[in-house]
Amino acid sequence: MRVTVIDYKAGNLTSVLKALRHLGAEVEVTDSDLGMVAAAERIVLPGVGHFAATHRLDATGLTPAISTAIARSVPFLGICVGMQWLYAGSTEEPNQTGLGQFLQTCARFPDGPEKVPHVGWNSLKVRADSRLLAGVEEGEYVYFTHSYRAPVTENTAATANYIETFAAAVECDNVMGVQFHPEKSGETGLKILRNFLAFEPTEPAC
Amino acid sequence: MLTKRIIACLDVDAGRVVKGIQFVDIVDAGDPAELAARHAREGADEIVLLDITATHEGRQTLLDTVRRTARMLFVPFTVGGGIRSARDAEQVFDAGADKVSVNSAALADPTLIETIGRSFGAQAVIVAIDARRDPEAADPVRDAQVFVQGGRKPAGRRVVEWAREAEARGAGEILLTSMDADGTRAGFDCALTAAVSQAVSIPVIASGGAGTVAHFADVFATGKADAALAASIFHFGVSSARSLKQGLAEAGVPVRFPC
Repeated sequence: MRVTVIDYKAGNLTSVLKALRHLGAEVEVTDSDLGMVAAAERIVLPGVGHFAATHRLDATGLTPAISTAIARSVPFLGICVGMQWLYAGSTEEPNQTGLGQFLQTCARFPDGPEKVPHVGWNSLKVRADSRLLAGVEEGEYVYFTHSYRAPVTENTAATANYIETFAAAVECDNVMGVQFHPEKSGETGLKILRNFLAFEPTEPAC
Repeated sequence: MLTKRIIACLDVDAGRVVKGIQFVDIVDAGDPAELAARHAREGADEIVLLDITATHEGRQTLLDTVRRTARMLFVPFTVGGGIRSARDAEQVFDAGADKVSVNSAALADPTLIETIGRSFGAQAVIVAIDARRDPEAADPVRDAQVFVQGGRKPAGRRVVEWAREAEARGAGEILLTSMDADGTRAGFDCALTAAVSQAVSIPVIASGGAGTVAHFADVFATGKADAALAASIFHFGVSSARSLKQGLAEAGVPVRFPC
């Protein structure tokens, strides 16, 4: 299967590419090729760092291209900041809008005795009907590193708990996102990426 | 629940693991890629590869080693040692590292932390600090002296104020080595670790002095460490990350176990 990975200069792609290739995917990378996105079979939007970096998706015209691809049922996976971009925006950069597939806004963990950022392996509570997280047992661990998080809503596919319960994964038909790093989450992460690579669009259900 | 991390550390010289972790049943005990994969399989939450090579030729060997080690590793992978510029860091990231650890170079030019963080994200920059308690200081722990060049030279900085500056400049984590405890196998310096961990909001990785499972439990509880580095402990009684984590789980420490 072919996967188009979007490079918007937010951190290093090496680990994501390596994990996808390890699972047998044929990977292509673009930072501006709208034709490649138009022909994409699957799209992965990685990303670490600051939400402001997603401005590059607007500047290059990738935002409407990705929107169109999602509308024609191309499976899409956003990782970390890539997941947050699926929402209306993030308080990390209020002047930058997200794709708006999900209407909420991401915000920073509240200040308190616990450290922010949230870094390390945390356990998941997975919604039973999640297709992205099929086969992931309650309590399996994945690796997080982030200071901003999305709220829990009807589209939340998995939650984790740090300071409070937040959305660790989001899923609505072919639009999926994970706050953690599946490419750095051992066998559990590889299982999730394998599910994404095997994902076949069906009739919209959500 | 967020777990305490056990990080396996490999000291590498000219492409070979030179001390620390060895396994009796591996013939080639010195191959970093093989050892890193084994640690990950046995439950290490992360792998750190510290390059102790000082030569220019050694850097190319290091990049090859990083590439080979990263290939089959699907847990966070940090590379440190000899990273003096953003260009050095970039090469190590391109070879497959997820984070770099900077020490002397960050003390010489603290803006290096910001430069690397801007391109690769704050989470990708670990500032390593080697510190020794200063009995002369008003507070020997908080004012522990920071050393550079592998502990040979005082940097003229105090541990808590340097850790805070590193955080302010955008470090993602602190890797704190107690030079007093290092090599003693008598336990981590929990007071030093707690002083730094409570002074910053970023995670602190404790290093130096591990000898038993109880030492790890102690540095997480008393030392407020978010993670701990395990190197030579695998020589002495604790045979693997899995047995270490099993012991910690039994002691009530939240760890990724079974793993």
